[in-house]
Amino acid sequence: MIRRREVSALEVFRAVRDRIEEVERKVNSYITLTLEAAEEAARAADDRLAAGEDPGVAAGIPLAVKDVLCTKGIRTTCGSRILENYVPVYDATVVSRLKRAGMTMMGKANMDEFAMGSSTENSAFGPTRNPWDLGRVPGGSSGGSAAAVAAGEAIWALGSDTGGSIRQPASFCGLVGLKPTYGLVSRYGLVAFASSLDQVGPITRNVRDCALLLALIAGHDPRDSTSLNVEPSDYLAALDGGVRGMRIGVPRELVQEGLTPGVRKAMERSLEIFQELGAEVEETTLPHLDYALSAYYIIAPAEASSNLARYDGVRYGLRVEGKDMLEMYGKTRAKGFGAEVKRRIMLGTYALSAGYYEAYYGQAQKIRTLIVEDFRRAFQRYDVLVSPTSPTPAFALGEKVEDPLAMYLSDVCTIPVNLAGIPAISMPCGLEDGLPVGLQIMGRVLEETTLLRVASALEVAIGFRERPKAGRGVG
Amino acid sequence: MMGDYEAVIGLEIHAELKTRSKMFCSCDASFGGEPNTKTCPVCLGLPGVLPVLNRRAVELATRLALALNCEIAPRCVFHRKNYFYPDMPKNYQISQYDLPLAVGGFLELESEEGPFRVGITRVHLEEDTGKTLHASESGRIHGSEYSLEDFNRAGVPLLEIVTEPDIRTPEQARIFMQELKSIMEHLEVSDCKMEEGSLRCDANVSLRPRGSSCLGVKTEIKNMNSFRALYRALDYEISRQRDILDSGGEIVQETRHWDADANVTTPLRTKEYAYDYRYFPEPDLVPLVLDRSFVEGVRSSLPELPAERRRRFREEYGLPAHDAALLTSSKAMGDFFEGAVSAGAPPKAVSNWMMGELSAYLNARGMEVPEVKVTPSQLAELIDLVEKGTVSVTLAKSVFQEMLESGRDPRLIVEEKGATQISDQEELERLVGAVLEENPKVVEDFRKGKEKALGFLVGQVMRRSGGRANPQMVNEILQRLLRESG
Repeated sequence: MIRRREVSALEVFRAVRDRIEEVERKVNSYITLTLEAAEEAARAADDRLAAGEDPGVAAGIPLAVKDVLCTKGIRTTCGSRILENYVPVYDATVVSRLKRAGMTMMGKANMDEFAMGSSTENSAFGPTRNPWDLGRVPGGSSGGSAAAVAAGEAIWALGSDTGGSIRQPASFCGLVGLKPTYGLVSRYGLVAFASSLDQVGPITRNVRDCALLLALIAGHDPRDSTSLNVEPSDYLAALDGGVRGMRIGVPRELVQEGLTPGVRKAMERSLEIFQELGAEVEETTLPHLDYALSAYYIIAPAEASSNLARYDGVRYGLRVEGKDMLEMYGKTRAKGFGAEVKRRIMLGTYALSAGYYEAYYGQAQKIRTLIVEDFRRAFQRYDVLVSPTSPTPAFALGEKVEDPLAMYLSDVCTIPVNLAGIPAISMPCGLEDGLPVGLQIMGRVLEETTLLRVASALEVAIGFRERPKAGRGVG
Repeated sequence: MMGDYEAVIGLEIHAELKTRSKMFCSCDASFGGEPNTKTCPVCLGLPGVLPVLNRRAVELATRLALALNCEIAPRCVFHRKNYFYPDMPKNYQISQYDLPLAVGGFLELESEEGPFRVGITRVHLEEDTGKTLHASESGRIHGSEYSLEDFNRAGVPLLEIVTEPDIRTPEQARIFMQELKSIMEHLEVSDCKMEEGSLRCDANVSLRPRGSSCLGVKTEIKNMNSFRALYRALDYEISRQRDILDSGGEIVQETRHWDADANVTTPLRTKEYAYDYRYFPEPDLVPLVLDRSFVEGVRSSLPELPAERRRRFREEYGLPAHDAALLTSSKAMGDFFEGAVSAGAPPKAVSNWMMGELSAYLNARGMEVPEVKVTPSQLAELIDLVEKGTVSVTLAKSVFQEMLESGRDPRLIVEEKGATQISDQEELERLVGAVLEENPKVVEDFRKGKEKALGFLVGQVMRRSGGRANPQMVNEILQRLLRESG
């Protein structure tokens, strides 16, 4: 619409800004707002359009960027006290790519501290609330990004996903969330949680926006040695293929106990739709997925314990003085990190310690290899695999804060995907008690096009048009 | 009773690689500079950065590993070595662990006692740390009010070379290090400046009864900043351990610090403080795969190494083994020698000058060949002046001293001094006559058959002429005059 000049970028900006002013106090999607810069970007987009120039694909479309991505000159906190006043000197690769495409960034979105959590309650800047029901969590760790889009405080958003942190909040907020193939999107400038699992991806209202945003951020980056040297596919062109003749597998291990009736119903309805559209659906088994959660909670904390060692008060970020260097380290990290981050640093440090390495990290890596193998075998038979994104819809604020294991189980369906490095998308597929339910579609490495095609078919068939309503939510 | 012990020594060497940029970023890797000017987000370990491997560093490391007869791993892996230290930006060092770049090499060497062989356990790549400057009078952390960090060195490519415990004496350790340094210079992989820290060496030392094959408790010696320090530290440590064992004591496994001023090693930390580095594979880097064609390409481009050069110096220039060894102890030494020879000087004469006057000068000042002002062709010119009889050897030596100080051409110095040799028959006869007149007693001795007296008289003539007299002619004239008047 902006490009066709039916509406100006500035008008879009102002509408979203007004919405932020209206609901941000209730939702708390953002840690830092950058409205002045956004207004400038919107104005620049209009100027370029008026001059007959191409302002870029992202021009004038209000974007929320998870506060785990470095933005030059704009503080980047990772939801942590320890980086409360940290201002990066460089842009993450995805940010500079979007800048070149005319990015209009409204602000830096709230998140669980260092992306560790599934509810955005582990933020040093207060929890984000679910726009569908302010008494519930938006999911996490990219809860701020998802809530911003669901509440109309942004049109689209960037999140990061280490064990489900894009897909689960997208599911909880009735949005489309894609975790790309490991290596498709550059991690340079993404503050690391677990390097071998982290990926940046889009959270959007619909599949088309998802394809557009993915196209903008995907592609090889020489600054990231794990970035794949491949040409990104034409994601937009993939949308209209349909699912006729496709084989869809449902891993038994991901639809066992723990699913709420509404989640089970919405998933079954989606499977029927796929069959009606001409796809073949059958149950299958990936036996090692039962061990995915355990392996993940060794590997991710192990990498995190090392990645987070740099926050020591010596060069940047918070410093709490002590009588000597060791005391300064201790005090800084005691004050700077929240409980969940400390828990994972300790878990990871333990798992890597001499005498335990083989029993924990070594074993976990073996399980990871077996899971990769399970998926490889399954994808010989199936084009995609589907499961619920999360066993439940959004849970209540405070419900699982005191019970880390219950919180970890919220990601049981999404974690295997990160361990295998494959892409997966979460699609809104129904409501349970007025709360959105998400369907996860998993695909082969670098087959984002297939995922988008299946997701698009589902989107058209279901016609999910629900939006948060006033009353419980922010209508 | 005093035991008969054998020392068992293994070395761990770190050499900074001579790459233009750092190991994992494009920052300038050269030594020095204003603190923290050669840094970027990557080598400062800022949030969100990722390492990108320097291919040149891999190539240089492969070069050295091949020269040390190692086997290059077709696939090697980088690990994170985790520990907190303020000069390490990420609080982990990217290093290699159980899958290093190269393993299983050796060097064959020669000492006065005969040939010996040192096994090379492994060669691996890692990144260097920054430098901590403590604000105290001693420059050490004790008593310092605060400390400053300079990250210019952080991320400079480092090569770690670990030897088997095959070294038995401090002299063998010195010879090994000398050869390793020379190899690295010939390969142009490192500057090898121990004082600047681009070449560093730690040693593991233990004693065992001679003839035994089991290993005793070892200590690790650090802070040996020169070959001389290495020799003296090992010598000290061996006698320290021998004294403990002889008095029935036990060696404590610990790290010890060589104090060059006090000439002792002092304990730094004991085994109880051993770090748990929690090594795990670096997830930000992919495994390094070195295919056969890469390795063979590096192998075929290896330049001449010191051992080959030594052999060639003996065969091509007919030098004795001792000369050849000294002239290949560093690349610069060998290059200087060949430079002078190709400028036309006879090889043995060049070797004599270098092993004599030049080495004495360097040793006295603690200098290295590249710092010398004299060029190889200037030395060749000086040798030519001697060969042609323009100057005497005695005179040439003083001319050479001046050349070393000023870097000026020998011919100019000689002319300016008016220092050319006196070969004028009449002038020499006058000089000899005067000397004979002054020394009637010696003349008498000579005539009584005391041949040695002649040497004294020649010396007197030379002295009187300020070293300029042509000694051969003086000799002839003296003999003639003594016979004539006798």
